[in-house]
Amino acid sequence: MSEKPRKFKGGVHPNDSKALSASKAIQDAPLLDAYTVIMHQNIGAPPELLVKKGDAVKKGQLLAKAGGFVSVPLHSPTSGTVGAIDKCPGPTGIAVPAITINSDGEDEWGSLFEPISDWKNTAPADLKQRVWDAGIVGMGGAGFPSHVKLSPPEGKGIDTLILNGAECEPYLTADHRLMVEQPKDVVLGAAIIARILGLDSAVIGIEENKPDAIAELQKVAGEYNVRVQPLPVNYPQGAEKQLIYAITGREVPVGKLPMDVKCVVQNIASAVAVFEAVVKGIPSIERVTTVTGKPIVHPGNWRFRIGTPISKALELAGGINEQPAKLLLGGPMMGIAQSSLGVTVMKNTSGILLIARDEVSLYTSEPCIRCGRCVDACPMDILPATISQAVENKRFDWAEELNVMACIECGSCSYVCPSHRPLNQHFKWAKVEIQSKLRRRN
Amino acid sequence: MDLKIILISIAATGIIGVLLGLVIGYVAKVFAVDVDERIEKVAELLPGANCGGCGFAGCAAFAKAVVAEDAAPSQCPVCSEDDVRNIAEYLGIVVEQGEKKVAVVRCSGDCANTVRTLYNGIRDCRSAVVVAGGAKGCDYGCLGFGSCANACPFGAIEIRDGLAVVHPELCVGCGNCVSACPKNLIELVPASAEVHVYCNSPEKGVAKRKVCKTACIACRKCVKASGEEDHMLVDGFLVKTNYDNPPPADLVEASACPTSALRVASKHAANEYQGVSK
Repeated sequence: MSEKPRKFKGGVHPNDSKALSASKAIQDAPLLDAYTVIMHQNIGAPPELLVKKGDAVKKGQLLAKAGGFVSVPLHSPTSGTVGAIDKCPGPTGIAVPAITINSDGEDEWGSLFEPISDWKNTAPADLKQRVWDAGIVGMGGAGFPSHVKLSPPEGKGIDTLILNGAECEPYLTADHRLMVEQPKDVVLGAAIIARILGLDSAVIGIEENKPDAIAELQKVAGEYNVRVQPLPVNYPQGAEKQLIYAITGREVPVGKLPMDVKCVVQNIASAVAVFEAVVKGIPSIERVTTVTGKPIVHPGNWRFRIGTPISKALELAGGINEQPAKLLLGGPMMGIAQSSLGVTVMKNTSGILLIARDEVSLYTSEPCIRCGRCVDACPMDILPATISQAVENKRFDWAEELNVMACIECGSCSYVCPSHRPLNQHFKWAKVEIQSKLRRRN
Repeated sequence: MDLKIILISIAATGIIGVLLGLVIGYVAKVFAVDVDERIEKVAELLPGANCGGCGFAGCAAFAKAVVAEDAAPSQCPVCSEDDVRNIAEYLGIVVEQGEKKVAVVRCSGDCANTVRTLYNGIRDCRSAVVVAGGAKGCDYGCLGFGSCANACPFGAIEIRDGLAVVHPELCVGCGNCVSACPKNLIELVPASAEVHVYCNSPEKGVAKRKVCKTACIACRKCVKASGEEDHMLVDGFLVKTNYDNPPPADLVEASACPTSALRVASKHAANEYQGVSK
């Protein structure tokens, strides 16, 4: 059965620039001399360090254990010795603690998890424990621990599992390549997650600009009762709430989670990680990342170990042939601008993007001309122009009344604004101020 | 005829006026609010800046609390010693003089001394810290977008080349800037202390020097220069002024701080120091 997907309100159509890397097969990145693994790679509590400087570690060995339920363990990307445990530049610009692993060149596995080949007859709780033990997080960008999403409270009555293959961010093709090259793994991962949730089916939502991925997945999907749902191309189609609406027609209320409308959404790369953790016993120590942008000599998709410095990733892609203006982790819409090449690949680094000098300009923010384009573009149906005005006057209470907390920070409003207003930054700021006010009150 | 109408109108309005006057007079007596005139007088004696430094909603609220003896007049950071004495005399109470405090921004990293990248976002510290941590190299230092200066009702904070600088002669120590700073850089210290360490980074000296020319590297020259006196306290990789026993202003010259993180507040405000390259 194939329903026609619903179109969510708003959205934008930026130039997707995916042609740079969409046809490039995933390559395994060669072993490096050293990896700098950032400690805190998930949303929630940071993990607790288990190793110290000078310790010998094997590939896949635990470096840190989960520091709570909303936390995941961290594993060594290769075999070698633990070097400095110090600060390194973090993706948000603030230095963060990181563990350096000096490779011994052997790349020798430690003890793997027991592979569960008969997962169809394994208890869902055991499968879920494996997802947690393997340190799997939402690899689309948020880094939310997957096992938490797979543990809905009693009585939520989850009836739909959605795999997010929309990959609506321009430039990024990592999920696209995974779906084309490992369709079976994606579908098996979906089936395993469905079993954990007590479901017997799943839906994979894919934007129509990836016909090869849709075709490959459709070949294998039927066997495991997985439905492939092509979706219209519209940024932010891959945002959780928009994806749920497109596929099921349900709207997630403000302040609620997908599980409140009986849905669970997982990323494609996370599904593949789940498959590898369960069937092969491999923890989450590598991920597929797109290295792309006009200044890159050979844009493409690589399978990097976590802890690979951005500088090494750029070298692998042949370096640069023109001076870039901006380095982003993630895509151009939601990615974070970087000021250091020392940042390393994390579990949620979906892309490393360089923007050329002639592609961006240094703008100054002008007053709002009340054109309303941001209101048309907003997929969450809030009023960006008015909220921005409220924030500019530090009226965070007003911004809260105007539902700024519903903002998903997709950046569509900033993208269309002819006055180059920093709308997205206004909302991020307001959300932080409102949250800290709530914390003070409690 | 005409005259009669006029006379009736005058009489009617006159009677209504008298009646309403009686009602108003009665209401004013019955519903009279007892105003303690001392409150108004104390509010007059207060500076009227409504800065909130006392912890009350404004000068009127503070005056009320003072009269009710819930607060001491010396809690007002703006009042001079004479003002406090006047209020105490008027109320006939005895108060201890509070210690005058001023704010210190514990950072000396202006744009010339610590810059990491180009920041083109909203010019507000609290907002910058959310998206990218601003443009400065040091994670602990002043962002320089002036959230504290905007919060200061007395215009005592100047943003000079991306660094907030307190002018101690203008600062009254109300503390509005302290809560405005997202990096918790600003501290209220006794106004009698002139020498401060303008650095807040707990990182190791080498790491600090990589990003800032004026970082305190905890070389302890100032500790040695103060001899037996406990003027300076070492806290990890950072030295702090001991505000219980503040050093004299000439300690700065005597210790020859190699990075010029140790400064005299008034000279810092007058821009007399420069960062030292390696």
